[in-house]
Amino acid sequence: MGKKDEVSKQFLDALEFRGIKRRDFLKYCGATAALIGLSELYGPKIAAALEKAAKRQPVIWLNFASDSGCTESFIKATYPSPAEVILDILSVDYNETIQAAAGKQAEEILAASRKAGGYILIVEGGVPTKKGHGMIGNKEMLDVLKEMAGPAIAVIAIGSCATDGGVPAAKPNPSQIIGTGEALQRVGISKPLVNMDLCPVNPQYLVGVVVNFLLLGKIPDLDSQGRPKMFYGQTIHDNCERRAHFDAGRFVEKFGSQEEALGYCLYKMGCKGPMTYSACPKIQYNDRTSWCIKAGGPCIGCAERGWTDKFAGFYEPLPGVKIPGLGGVEAGADKLGAIAAVATAAGIAVHAVATAASGRTKGKDGGKK
Amino acid sequence: MARITIDPMTRIEGHLRIDVEIEGGKVKDAWTTGTLFRGFELILQGRDPRDAWHITQRICGVCPTSHGHASSMSMDDAFKIKPPDNGRIIRNIIEGAQFMHSHILWFYHLNALDYVDVVSALKAQPKEASLKKVQAKLKSFVESGQLGPFANAYWGHPAYKLPPDVNLLAVAHYLEALEMQAKAASVSALFGGRMPMTMTSPPGGVTHVPSVDDLKNYLFRVKELQAWIDSVFIGDLLAIAPYYLGAAGIGKGYANFLSWGVFEDASFDPKKRLLPRGAIFASDFPKVHDAKPEDVTEDTTHGWYKDGKPLNPAMGVTEPDYTGYDSNKKYTWAKAPRLQGKPMEVGALARMVVAYASGQPTAKKLIDDTLAKIGHSGHPEVLFGIIGRIAARTLECKMVADSMYQWGLDVIENIKKGNAAVYTEYKIPDKAQGIGLWEAPRGALGHWIDVDNKRIKNYQCVVPTTWNVCPRDNNNVRGPIEEALIGTAVANAEKPLEVMRVVHSFDPCLACTVHVIHPESNRIMDFKVS
Repeated sequence: MGKKDEVSKQFLDALEFRGIKRRDFLKYCGATAALIGLSELYGPKIAAALEKAAKRQPVIWLNFASDSGCTESFIKATYPSPAEVILDILSVDYNETIQAAAGKQAEEILAASRKAGGYILIVEGGVPTKKGHGMIGNKEMLDVLKEMAGPAIAVIAIGSCATDGGVPAAKPNPSQIIGTGEALQRVGISKPLVNMDLCPVNPQYLVGVVVNFLLLGKIPDLDSQGRPKMFYGQTIHDNCERRAHFDAGRFVEKFGSQEEALGYCLYKMGCKGPMTYSACPKIQYNDRTSWCIKAGGPCIGCAERGWTDKFAGFYEPLPGVKIPGLGGVEAGADKLGAIAAVATAAGIAVHAVATAASGRTKGKDGGKK
Repeated sequence: MARITIDPMTRIEGHLRIDVEIEGGKVKDAWTTGTLFRGFELILQGRDPRDAWHITQRICGVCPTSHGHASSMSMDDAFKIKPPDNGRIIRNIIEGAQFMHSHILWFYHLNALDYVDVVSALKAQPKEASLKKVQAKLKSFVESGQLGPFANAYWGHPAYKLPPDVNLLAVAHYLEALEMQAKAASVSALFGGRMPMTMTSPPGGVTHVPSVDDLKNYLFRVKELQAWIDSVFIGDLLAIAPYYLGAAGIGKGYANFLSWGVFEDASFDPKKRLLPRGAIFASDFPKVHDAKPEDVTEDTTHGWYKDGKPLNPAMGVTEPDYTGYDSNKKYTWAKAPRLQGKPMEVGALARMVVAYASGQPTAKKLIDDTLAKIGHSGHPEVLFGIIGRIAARTLECKMVADSMYQWGLDVIENIKKGNAAVYTEYKIPDKAQGIGLWEAPRGALGHWIDVDNKRIKNYQCVVPTTWNVCPRDNNNVRGPIEEALIGTAVANAEKPLEVMRVVHSFDPCLACTVHVIHPESNRIMDFKVS
């Protein structure tokens, strides 16, 4: 840990202003280090890196065919809070939902940013490709993406809509919406791209990726779908707080029942946790208040690509999961994703099972602490 | 005559373009344009009806819970079931927390910057240590040259009226409110799993049996929010309002109000909801009319759809047809809903006016006290305008927060009486139709479902902002926001702050607005009224 005089006074003031003591801040950095797969000993280094930054990292946040649920989710972040992210860590130069400037003045900001370059581009929402179906400032959204992605240093696609079009791209995809990766390919732009599937994105995932970038100067390790392994390396089933009941064959068969109150497994109520890769059980939502399965809501698989169609019939039990899960087949995220896609296309049951085995998958983040 | 286009309109949800024509320093004409089309109703066709309440939450990330509830209620209606009492109350709780989060966010983060000059706060001379710190922080933030979301705004505009000290106080509360809106959302998450996109309110009630820990946690969170709303939120309204009373008449519009009603009563009578159902027309204010879904029509004359007659949402002939922007012909993806042929304002002001005129005692007392404070006792019509919309949202937020505490106690009381059920089982019928009429924070929301062969045959939503942000209809009658803009004085056409105030006062949510009815279901469906 650096000496106190090495620490920017302005930064400490900023923390104090937010009511955060340095010890708490280091605790946050420790948690962030764990999030991004580093030893907690790196915590103080993260603090130093963030504190020393002379200039806050500029961010341009574009909203396309979305419902702004990811902006809404982001402003529910804690440690750091959205105020800290916006005022102390990043310079969010463009986000139509929160920025003061509008119209001409907003377009001037985009023009100035394009000229300056060096920003991280955050994309929320998919890109409609049917003419006139998505316009900003009288420009097609695809053209806005093209203009703004060029000078960006990296692109982060947050939420299912941004990764592959999400719910509004579900069949029959009325506005022919595509994800950021495909859109960038169409306009011939190659940029480092992080895909953060989830509907909406977990704000802690977004903050984790950004801090990883600020600390290490690069985007985190990604799986074959471009998702950070640190958040998408294990299934929800792997870490589920109701998992012991699955293993013991104890299931909820009616909502609002005694079994639900006792925390039994929601598999028979349609839970998609066994086929969904996300750290939801570990990180949870809304300042770790709860998460879907804890609150008795079966997982709908919203972290998986194409979930609206792939898992249609959200309350129907997932086919082919062996109960109570002894000797199931282990499969990595990519393999399982492929299996699921084939299964959906063919409309048949999946016979290979995720990680319902006695030994749980150990993710690249070193597994449980 | 000068024409101003604001595109993108910011500090709203979604993609909105505003055009105004200015003559003699005042708005002479106005056009509102939704610029994104997604088509949720098409996506819903053929699916398992139980998926609809999850999918329709994705219509709006700001008010997903309201869509989820309207959807589940349309199925409760179609499947002829009712949630048990605690299921009803917990849905109200999840919804109420969303109302609090949404109103706090709108007041401080979407609307306040039209009235609060952030840069002026640097000139304040605060005595309190906490405000000094905020000011020092603000100073270093401004001096960094990286103004982030506050860059390139209309700071210093003559329409900003607050003295520097009040501006500084508001900036401090802007930051505090960021945390409070997140806290309010965490109350939805407590019973809904997460927020946005709650997980626990399917048809039949709610999935989760609340534990003692949930309820204890709930009561204390609500108490904290209640205290903050009473002292800071209401306090800020009272601190800021006196400087803007001169603006009270701005943005009046039609003064026709529609509320489907929200927060279900034990009787399931929509007129007994905490905020009751009803419609008010300017022509015979304060008479409260029955609001009936069969009186709703939607017109596509000026929307990017193939032309047809104005139709009830339960009937459908609409095909998307983008023909480019032409404010004389077609200029938006929104359609024009009408009640008995009339354009209607929806939202907190509409709900509070309907509640007031219906004699709802809490709303009546809150509004009467407010009118007395500003010297207009007995004249609720002075609230019809931009300042009244701000006051209505603030007062409604207080009303909901106060009710929420009692709802928590009601849940506990039911459990004590052995009445702990939260969910009613059902079988999906082969054929069924239902309507869910409810309110999102930004206004009247209706979902219509038609189930055939246990699948969704047709699904319709008529959502709050469509009422407010709609274009002209077949009689060339403007939409409510368009009408409210007429006559607004604009000091500087390069910086149309006054126009933004009128638009923001309706809290537009464009993701909700744009939808489509299936082009092939050209038939009248016989929906019954819920």
